[in-house]
Amino acid sequence: MKTSADLFEEIESAVVRFAGDSGDGMQTIGERFTDSSAFAGNDIATLPDYPAEIRAPAGTLAGVSGFQLQFGNRRILTPGDQPDALVAMNPAALKANIADLPEGGMLVINVDSFKKMNLSKAGYSSNPLEDIDFRKKYHLIELDLTSLTKEALSDTALKPSEKVRCKNFFALGFMYFVYGRPLEPTLKFFKEKWAKCMPQLAEANSIVLKAGYHLGDTMETARNRYQISKAPVKSGLYRKISGNEAMVYGLVAAASRAKRNLLYAGYPITPASPILEGLSVLKKHGVKTLQAEDEISAMGMALGASFAGDLAVVATSGPGMCLKSEFIGLASITELPVVIVDVQRGGPSTGLPTKTEQSDLLQSLYSRHGDCPLPVIAAHSPSDCFDCALEAVRLALTYMTPVILLSDLYIANGSEPWKIPNVCEIPEIENSFADTEEEFVVYRRNPETLARKQAIPGQIGLEHRIGGLEKDEDGEVSYDPENHEKMTQLRASKINGISKSLPSINLEGPCHGDLLVIGWGGTYGAICSAIKNMREEGFSISSLHLRHLNPFPKDLEKVMNGFDKIIVPELNLGQLSTVLQSTFSKKVISYSKIQGKPFKVSELKEEFLKHLP
Amino acid sequence: MITTKTEESNLTKKDFVTTNDVRWCPGCGDYAILNAVQRTMPELGIAKEKFVIVSGIGCSSRFPYYMNTYGFHTIHGRAPAVATGVKVANPELSVWLITGDGDGLSIGGNHLLHLLRRNLDINVLLFNNQIYGLTKGQYSPTSEVGKKTKSTPSGSVDYPVNPILFALGAEATFVARTVDSDQKHMIETFKAAQAHKGTSFVEVLQNCVIFNNKTFDPITNRENKVDQLLYLQEGKSLVFGQNSDKGIRLNGLDVEIVESTKGTNGSELLIHQPRNSNPAYATLLSQMTYPNFPTPMGIFRQLEGKETYEDSIVEQIETSQKNGEGSLQELLTGKNSWLVED
Repeated sequence: MKTSADLFEEIESAVVRFAGDSGDGMQTIGERFTDSSAFAGNDIATLPDYPAEIRAPAGTLAGVSGFQLQFGNRRILTPGDQPDALVAMNPAALKANIADLPEGGMLVINVDSFKKMNLSKAGYSSNPLEDIDFRKKYHLIELDLTSLTKEALSDTALKPSEKVRCKNFFALGFMYFVYGRPLEPTLKFFKEKWAKCMPQLAEANSIVLKAGYHLGDTMETARNRYQISKAPVKSGLYRKISGNEAMVYGLVAAASRAKRNLLYAGYPITPASPILEGLSVLKKHGVKTLQAEDEISAMGMALGASFAGDLAVVATSGPGMCLKSEFIGLASITELPVVIVDVQRGGPSTGLPTKTEQSDLLQSLYSRHGDCPLPVIAAHSPSDCFDCALEAVRLALTYMTPVILLSDLYIANGSEPWKIPNVCEIPEIENSFADTEEEFVVYRRNPETLARKQAIPGQIGLEHRIGGLEKDEDGEVSYDPENHEKMTQLRASKINGISKSLPSINLEGPCHGDLLVIGWGGTYGAICSAIKNMREEGFSISSLHLRHLNPFPKDLEKVMNGFDKIIVPELNLGQLSTVLQSTFSKKVISYSKIQGKPFKVSELKEEFLKHLP
Repeated sequence: MITTKTEESNLTKKDFVTTNDVRWCPGCGDYAILNAVQRTMPELGIAKEKFVIVSGIGCSSRFPYYMNTYGFHTIHGRAPAVATGVKVANPELSVWLITGDGDGLSIGGNHLLHLLRRNLDINVLLFNNQIYGLTKGQYSPTSEVGKKTKSTPSGSVDYPVNPILFALGAEATFVARTVDSDQKHMIETFKAAQAHKGTSFVEVLQNCVIFNNKTFDPITNRENKVDQLLYLQEGKSLVFGQNSDKGIRLNGLDVEIVESTKGTNGSELLIHQPRNSNPAYATLLSQMTYPNFPTPMGIFRQLEGKETYEDSIVEQIETSQKNGEGSLQELLTGKNSWLVED
């Protein structure tokens, strides 16, 4: 590729947002831009943002799909508060996103689509591109994407409608020029995806991508280009990974390290379905995936498989969690290991099915009837889903218990570079299987963990019955009042005792100060970025991010006591802060956002400032 | 199919009895079914540790506690889901699902439907007593219209579900009916159910001595059964009554009773053909109900050769592992990794 280095402006990081109709391929080009940036050695964080409707009426606000990413030469923890550059494929995409673009931001417009009908569908009474003030406000680049794409493909045999569909890659090629991105990963992607089944499409998209790139070279308005050098990361082999992918790999790795077969049962639900889909292609790894008739059944299948000795896993989202509750109670009283992944989305009910939220914490902690405490952990970033899957399996098998693992839509769909672990370095996970040579007493416990042993159907001489009715230690049904109290206490003590196995809290910042920020889940990136900035500005502020939400790490209270004030930012009405408030004597301040969107670094900083002297 | 490790040939009924006190009401039909299952299992040539009994909630679902095998007493209506997980995790196990008319056809109707259509090699025994016993006497989805119970003092108004027709509708590959008062027929039917590869659905007419006593008496008591029960035998004419002097023949798209087969060679009578793949015949049989027809007992439908769910799953895995299992390290590394050097 011809490049003119003298025209490059060196910057630390940039935020780009692609927006268009949900059929325009915005997620696809966003993903490609991400790959290309990762290949260029930048750190990245992404935020796909798509509507609940698969194809809402074309050109309307309801159908706008977006993809934002931040890439930089430093540690990038969030997809960015606001875009530096916005690509809008039609008037609706412009209308839905323009408020986020700061003055002077780069605005790339597909002018071909700014026709009367599209303008009116988007609710514009006049064309904003004809407004002088609007034109002055942004660094406006108008491209005739449709015509340019058709022109670039004039020598190919594609039908006109097929040609037009390639226009997203023209826009992508142009943005590659602006940010000096390498084309190779995308050209390779075309080859891998289409070379076999539709070689003409692979060829056409390659032509269009290059045409978009070269156009930049010839355009006066695109003269300012940006250069972002490599991010300083630890040496090693990296790949890009989304939260759902990391979850899939973490579960497969855990099964392998626990030497159990992985059986996954699921029912399609946004945003957890990619876990079912991702595991279903791993038959080569011995993974069994069952698509159940409903959420309840998926949980039942998993429990049956657990009883029979498999590593059993389900994943769902909020509404599915509601349906699984009764079975989770059964898993608790029968003390069978099973991992329940909840990829949270906006609720209650169908709520905001394609937007993020952290509002299933209280449900995870308390949704069962009876006294039924369970381990609850939460992943804090896309790649952390891998580590959390391993941790969830460790807890389930070590303590013979169902474990709830919280993810959320933001980290499930978002992606970041991931240093690929060496499989041999992943610790083995031990099982508590019963031995046919020894006496088996169903609820006799390991004095250390209070976990019972598991006998598997097929093991000779260990025949026994489990079930929802309360049992005594021997596994016999017992209605004895004292026994019920004893068993309830034992199950609770077992879960509480997990805290003994947890590492001490890793604080971001010193252990004493004016303000402590406590976070959990997908808000990690935004909180860390805000804290880092504010510490550089000289504020006495620290943060900790909880992976274990039940039980809490044993030193949590001590750490909390080292600060004057504590604030808990959450994408819900204050669920963790409620739990902290009811568990510890220290007062906590809740900071909520319930808009289906992640925190911006700027809004966190603004809020934290209010609580600092 | 089932590999054995213990001396299964020496098993007796005693091996399947637990020390637990059986807590069904005295006189409950469940005792007879328990006895029949405990007499059946030792004769199946399957090692004891391979049996798993899964149940839901209800009187019948206490069953696993009384069987000295692996057992899982689960939650209301969901036993088919648990049984599916057990069977897919280990297809070598002999999985028996015990359910009732409320558990299987009301709260668990959905799961039962999907278990049957998936054709897992599981034996389903549905104890049909046409009443909710454990909750003390409300009408059930198999109760007749107009059933007066505590929850329907003026009589129930909903139409009952026909368990056999339900199973046929789900395209179950083995559908049978037996009755708690006939040990021999139960054992014979349970053995046939185990021998069938695929989901075997067995409706067991069962008397609830407390809340629905003698509900099946019009067809099963000593005086009536000769004229009211029709025992299905493959390849034989559909006959019933004293000296098998009555029969069933086809009239258009309906069946009708031939009051006397005397003097005929039986050629006009329907021949029992449970292996006919057309469901029309079994459906006709399912419509034969008291008081217009004798109630058929035995195997309504038995189709062999349809691949089971668990076998298909195992087969897909084996096919993809033909050239060896996947490497975890390769999976994690993926195809688009990049190296960052110092």
